[in-house]
Amino acid sequence: MTTIDAKGVYYKQLNEQIKEAVANGAKRIKLTNVMGQYYIADGITGDASIEIEGVPGQDLAAFMNGPTIVVKNNAQDTIGNTMDSGKIVIHGLAGDVLGYGMRGGKMHILSDVGYRVGIHMKSYKEKVPVIIVGGNAGDFFGEYMAGGVLILLGINPVREEMPICGDYLGTGMHGGVMYIRGKVDIDRCGAEVGLDKLDAMDKKLLKRYLEDYCKDFDLDINEILKEEFTKVYPKSKRPYGTLYCY
Amino acid sequence: MLYKSFVDSFSDYIIDRNEDKCILCRICERQCSYEAHGFDKKNSVMTKQDHKCICCRRCEAMCPTGAISIRENPSQFKRNSNWTASHRKNIYKQAETGGILLVGMGNPTGKQPTYFDRMLLDASQVTNPSIDPLREPMELRTYLGRKPDRLEFEEKDGRVSLKTKLTPQLKLEYPIMFSAMSYGAINYNVHVGMARASQKMGIYYNTGEGGLHKSLYPYGANTIVQVASGRFGVNAEYLNVAGGIEIKIGQGAKPGIGGHLPGEKVNEEVSRTRMIPAGTDALSPAPHHDIYSIEDLRQLIYALKEATDYKNPVSVKIAAVHNSAAIASGIVRAGADILTLDGYRGGTGAAPLVTRNNVGIPIELALASVDQRLRDEGIRNHVSIVVGGGIRSSADVVKAIALGADAVYIGTATLVSVGCTLCRMCFTGKCPWGIATNDQSLSKRINPDIAEEKLSNLIRGWGLEIKEIIGGMGLNALESMRGSRHRLRGVGLSESELDILGIAPAGK
Repeated sequence: MTTIDAKGVYYKQLNEQIKEAVANGAKRIKLTNVMGQYYIADGITGDASIEIEGVPGQDLAAFMNGPTIVVKNNAQDTIGNTMDSGKIVIHGLAGDVLGYGMRGGKMHILSDVGYRVGIHMKSYKEKVPVIIVGGNAGDFFGEYMAGGVLILLGINPVREEMPICGDYLGTGMHGGVMYIRGKVDIDRCGAEVGLDKLDAMDKKLLKRYLEDYCKDFDLDINEILKEEFTKVYPKSKRPYGTLYCY
Repeated sequence: MLYKSFVDSFSDYIIDRNEDKCILCRICERQCSYEAHGFDKKNSVMTKQDHKCICCRRCEAMCPTGAISIRENPSQFKRNSNWTASHRKNIYKQAETGGILLVGMGNPTGKQPTYFDRMLLDASQVTNPSIDPLREPMELRTYLGRKPDRLEFEEKDGRVSLKTKLTPQLKLEYPIMFSAMSYGAINYNVHVGMARASQKMGIYYNTGEGGLHKSLYPYGANTIVQVASGRFGVNAEYLNVAGGIEIKIGQGAKPGIGGHLPGEKVNEEVSRTRMIPAGTDALSPAPHHDIYSIEDLRQLIYALKEATDYKNPVSVKIAAVHNSAAIASGIVRAGADILTLDGYRGGTGAAPLVTRNNVGIPIELALASVDQRLRDEGIRNHVSIVVGGGIRSSADVVKAIALGADAVYIGTATLVSVGCTLCRMCFTGKCPWGIATNDQSLSKRINPDIAEEKLSNLIRGWGLEIKEIIGGMGLNALESMRGSRHRLRGVGLSESELDILGIAPAGK
């Protein structure tokens, strides 16, 4: 275990230390006293696991390719920006625009997330990004989603007074799938999505993703699966195909 | 009323086939991807449907006996200067479909002034004599990137070396780059041609927002990779293999509008490179939803710098709009190394007509105002300015550089050099010249080796012309002319236009 004390260290130097540790073959890295430093693990490739004590700043794990990151606290905005593969586990809540253009890997969040989570997510063949949110989500969840899986549970909300998801759910969605625990109000959805019950394949997939999620947070999967889920799917791969004339 | 399509009822062009010369070889039929030519087997005669002709002139070029000529249809709607024929035709189309009018390439109407044509260059006479580029060494080399406020040197054992650590720079042997045209909008063969020509000539090409085909990674050192709102094909390897990175905010032909590659153009290879399933629309909306402020832009710029260990300069590309100067100032302060300005006359594979023809401002005015603003604020050296959107010749290049640009992007000129005839139907994916298409049989019409040669020739030719022009000014380095607006004079321009361009009227 390599421990790096982030106290008073600017992000640039902190990331240099992390990259150096990874280059030297460190497989387990612990960052202590993290206080909002941006870009932690940005662009890092490999299979290292990084444990973060404190609150990491914006763009955590942007363009990350492989490593596992565990945040023992809350986290901020734009986590996993265009992330390629790897895993992020957040034992708290997180901010806006998580997993923008994410193309692979997993992001598990214990509690709530902000606006525009999972937007522009993509998948190609075996690469399927997955974000699971334990609490509530803000508006534009899965906007322009082109691939991957978004799962929203609403079981551990901090903002209890909020609905499980905001408005414009899946607006512009043209690929991928969302599973949302409980009922979804169609009036909250974008015009491009449809709602349905889960079929056998959906249930199998959901269970597989949730097993991994429950292991990370020591949760009971049966408790989560007690309530029925709603599937949110794109009505078309080409939502704007008839928009133009020439 | 007319109970069939107006569009099919009136043809813009007429295909003339000289029956005496035609040998019924049917090449025109095979060459026309719009099916304007046909063959009547029963009567053994060639047929034609004029309304399908887009005037690309492919058949004319390929006809072995010169039997075909395409001409404009002399039969036109009754003349009306206000209600032009195109206004009427557009209304017919929209009344039939209820859709947004889509167009390709830059605005052809020429209704706004082209300021490059209203500016004339200087030359030396008698004093400070001109330099003959045939005999004297001439320097066109250009470095793009942030320049330090001051330089410090150190002396060791009688040798002087630079002490100041420079931020990364793009080294160009000519002040010209092939502008962002995505793989998908144009095909692989054109990309191969641009990549090889860039390497050969010591310049750069820009991938556009469609990712970079793995086979082109070896040309990475001459590649600028783009990061746009759709993040197509973006990963750490893509960012690191490149020489430079560009964040695309806007495009001159369609400011405020995003990219939208139709599913028809997303074939297996395009899908692999873009990392999306085949047949899906590739939607890249105008807003980056992680950027709502200059601070947010800074966050993305530095996310990219962190991901590439600060070895790649980062460019931010915006469309030339009314407040470009203020926006540019913010972009420079956000940490961009290069500012790319794309003007009103710029090309595109597809844009709504209403946007292309009505939104944005000409590049000359935007460039002059941005350059001036950055000078006034004392931050001009913090960024290099690259301009695109209307560069048609080496003269335009020289005038842009005299106005304050460091280098230019050429898009339309790039495509014209590999055979584009500006028929402006790029968005259909049926480009008969094999450029703006991913159809396998059409794409083969571009030979990457010949494309490389033609593109290299164009750069070489323009380079020679630029040397002639600056030599004529008594200069032996392009750097000496950069931002020298006193080398320009305006003709037929109003006082306010001269003021914005920062140039004097001819004769003064």
